[in-house]
Amino acid sequence: MRMRRIGVCLAVAACAALGTPAVTGVGAPQAHAADSKVLRVAVTTAVASLNPFLAYHQADTEIGRMMYEFLTAYDQTDQHPVPGLAESWQVGTDKLTWTFKIRQGMKWSDDKPITAKDVAFTYNLMLTNAVARTANGNFVSNFDTVTAPDDTTLVVRTKQPQATMLALDVPIVPEHVWASKVDKLVNYTNLDFPVVGSGPFTLVDYKPDQYVKLKANPNFWRGKATVDEVDFYHYDNTDAAAQALIKGDVDLVSKLTAAQFDTLKGKDGITTNKAVGRRFNDLIINPGAQTNTRQPIGDGNPALRDVKLRQAIAQAIDAKTLVDKSYGGYAEPGSSYIPPVFSKWSTNQQRTFDLAAANRTLDEAGYRKGPDGKRLDKEGKPLTLRLIGDSGQPTDNPNGQYLKSWLGQLGIPVDVQLVSGDKLGDVTTAGNYDLSFSTWGVNPDPDAVLTLQTCAALPDAEGKSGTTETFTCDEQYDQLYKAQLSELDEGKRVQEVKQAQQRLAELATSVTFAYPDQLEAYRSDRFSSFAVQPNPGGVITGQNGYWGYYKAVPAAAGTSSGVTPTGLVIGIVVAVVVVAGVVLLVVSRRRKSTADERE
Amino acid sequence: MTNALSPEVVEPTRGAGRGTLRYVATKVGGALVSLVLVVVLGFFLFRVLPGDPVKTITRDAPVDPARLAELRAQLGLDDPLPVQFLRYLGGLLRGDLGQSYNYRQPVLDLILDRVGPTLLLVGTATVIAAALGLWLGVRGGWRRGSRFDRASTGIALLLWSAPTFWLGMVLLTVTGTLFPSQGIIDPATPPGLLPQALDLLHHLALPCLTLVAVIYAQYLLVMRSSLLEEMNADYLTTARAKGLRDDLVRRRHAVPNALLPTVTLIFLNLGMVVSGAVTVETVFSWPGLGQLTFKAINSRDLPLLQGTFIVLAGAVLVMNLVADLLYRVIDPRVRAA
Repeated sequence: MRMRRIGVCLAVAACAALGTPAVTGVGAPQAHAADSKVLRVAVTTAVASLNPFLAYHQADTEIGRMMYEFLTAYDQTDQHPVPGLAESWQVGTDKLTWTFKIRQGMKWSDDKPITAKDVAFTYNLMLTNAVARTANGNFVSNFDTVTAPDDTTLVVRTKQPQATMLALDVPIVPEHVWASKVDKLVNYTNLDFPVVGSGPFTLVDYKPDQYVKLKANPNFWRGKATVDEVDFYHYDNTDAAAQALIKGDVDLVSKLTAAQFDTLKGKDGITTNKAVGRRFNDLIINPGAQTNTRQPIGDGNPALRDVKLRQAIAQAIDAKTLVDKSYGGYAEPGSSYIPPVFSKWSTNQQRTFDLAAANRTLDEAGYRKGPDGKRLDKEGKPLTLRLIGDSGQPTDNPNGQYLKSWLGQLGIPVDVQLVSGDKLGDVTTAGNYDLSFSTWGVNPDPDAVLTLQTCAALPDAEGKSGTTETFTCDEQYDQLYKAQLSELDEGKRVQEVKQAQQRLAELATSVTFAYPDQLEAYRSDRFSSFAVQPNPGGVITGQNGYWGYYKAVPAAAGTSSGVTPTGLVIGIVVAVVVVAGVVLLVVSRRRKSTADERE
Repeated sequence: MTNALSPEVVEPTRGAGRGTLRYVATKVGGALVSLVLVVVLGFFLFRVLPGDPVKTITRDAPVDPARLAELRAQLGLDDPLPVQFLRYLGGLLRGDLGQSYNYRQPVLDLILDRVGPTLLLVGTATVIAAALGLWLGVRGGWRRGSRFDRASTGIALLLWSAPTFWLGMVLLTVTGTLFPSQGIIDPATPPGLLPQALDLLHHLALPCLTLVAVIYAQYLLVMRSSLLEEMNADYLTTARAKGLRDDLVRRRHAVPNALLPTVTLIFLNLGMVVSGAVTVETVFSWPGLGQLTFKAINSRDLPLLQGTFIVLAGAVLVMNLVADLLYRVIDPRVRAA
């Protein structure tokens, strides 16, 4: 009996212990908010590495941007290049020599001066050390030499003229910290808190898959941020993150689904932000996959090598319907390769949905209909196509069904298959598809997505290391691509970029149909506004820059409900102890009485 | 009479000693063979899965083909498979599980970081669930068909069949601001043992409650049914005939005999404790091993996958071994066999 009673006591004590701290937690964030201005952000994608040379993932690079300033930044309003560490720049008449003037008087977060030598150190490290090239190597692959003749001058000589010199997304690191890390770069996690940086925030704490804590950097050259601290809380699922916003555990949530966004809309103290996206969703059509040695690979339907057939498929896609039905209206109908959010580069051309025209195109190209109304290919065999999508993308299934119906009306049966994202990656890399869905994020400088369609992006002889999106390899497109990359006159470059997109549209290997919106929400009772990029209509998180966090405006009125944690804790502890005592009494009473009964 | 008996008494004891040794050796040997299989399987299994690690790492980043090739070389992925396998074996022998592609940290460090939270969550939940389940099972089984029995079995089965993910989300929603929504500790918590411990318990409450609610039914049902099997046994009648209180008959006679299947279940589950509860860890963003494994699968992080696989499978093997050995101690029939 005594053993049992001890057991009960222990159980009650355990329950009490589990219950009590409830209060400290309730008090903690609010008390915390009262003394300093803290922005708490839910992050639902994994933060993997905060070593700027190794950080690939979107969450990693976003935090990297807050820690380290680049040579140049992107404007908050329209994303054109603006001064970063460099206050001005000029290119020599040879079109190869770039001279950047580094601003005087800037300091790292440890008060040491930021000079051109730090920039030269960073770029040279990437030129000489393969590990340092891991994440951002492509930005320096055309660099010949980088020198810093004095503390305020940086001279970069490129091998070929390079138009993207103001879009070098390379975090600049302090030489005095990193010089000693060069040898063990691959194992260096960069977690010596506080991490010395030049950006608006300084990394002060990080627990993998739990949280990232950044404090405002008073030495930031634009001035100290409006908030004192930005804490990123890791959420493994977006439902819990949305719930956390409602509960007030976090102030800002991004990457919401349409359903979550609709739930949060109109909730008290919450403001939603439907922002234009910089990502395109497209249908890729296998034009005959091949390696960079022009060896055919994969099992794509050979009929798709005919550009007329691909163009007919493009004519049979109604982007408007897809956006309304599959995306619930949270997307823009797509047509041009570069999204209209980058209005300078986007062709903004519209593709018309016209099944009759598509049928005509097929008739003229010689795709006869068989007796059953189905199209035959040029060898007289029935034409059927496979469409492969990602089962993890909620829009791929409805999109696939619509496409199946439209192509069915052209007399082309489509077999829609959904596979895992990894499987899809394998299938498309190997060229084992006819049609597939794909998606890419676009940067302010269009070069990166344009390279995806060049012959140079084709995989090697073993079918590896390709970066091609569509297996496009077209001489005319490649020429336009090369021309824009070495064109230093922006007006001319814009024309060439648009021509390259037009050529891509003619080739019809990639048919863009949607630019999904970015859905975000924040506690407007704690933060009255955020700086969006582009302005207006843009995003708070996932910017090409740090504006959203740097210029967050805390709400004026005190919002903490003024819980006094200690008092409440004591109160609850007492309450729990009392309840526990009563329970204990009742249990022992009952036991005694039943035992008596039986005896 | 005594002379005639003594050799018979002594003889089995000596045999039993040798038998124990053989029994232990067989079980340990079997576990070792399984472990070797796990090590080999761990390497090849994940290389059969679709997905190219390099492509996954650089997903959505602007990289050129030269960078992809460089990365492949850096991660040792361009070596032939046998070379990679030997490197993996060599590393294992030195206690080196390799470096995670994704986190860029030694796999062993990552796993050790996650073992604590997982043991805390799943261990606590298992202990509470087992205690609760056994207690309710004994109560219900002893008075089968009573209102208490029907209610407790019904509730347990209802919770057992509720999807963990859904139950967790419901708890998260209905508890309002009482409990935190993610993680194991709030970075804003002041340092010091007490506040940190309280904050930890505060974070632990909901995931632990969810897990207990979902898993306690299995203990309850096994305990209940094995108690029912003992209910009509003659030795209970004897015990009652001796004039023992009903309470004592249950506690001293029925329960110890009914406990055996439950012990097996507890140890089997303890083996699984390490693998965590992926769904609970995901709902509450609890940084445990289950969550780590899930992430490793998503990002094709081969070294991390191998590491977690070995640790998780190893834990099950060890626990099964312990159960086997313990069984011999608590059940004389196994010793005799």
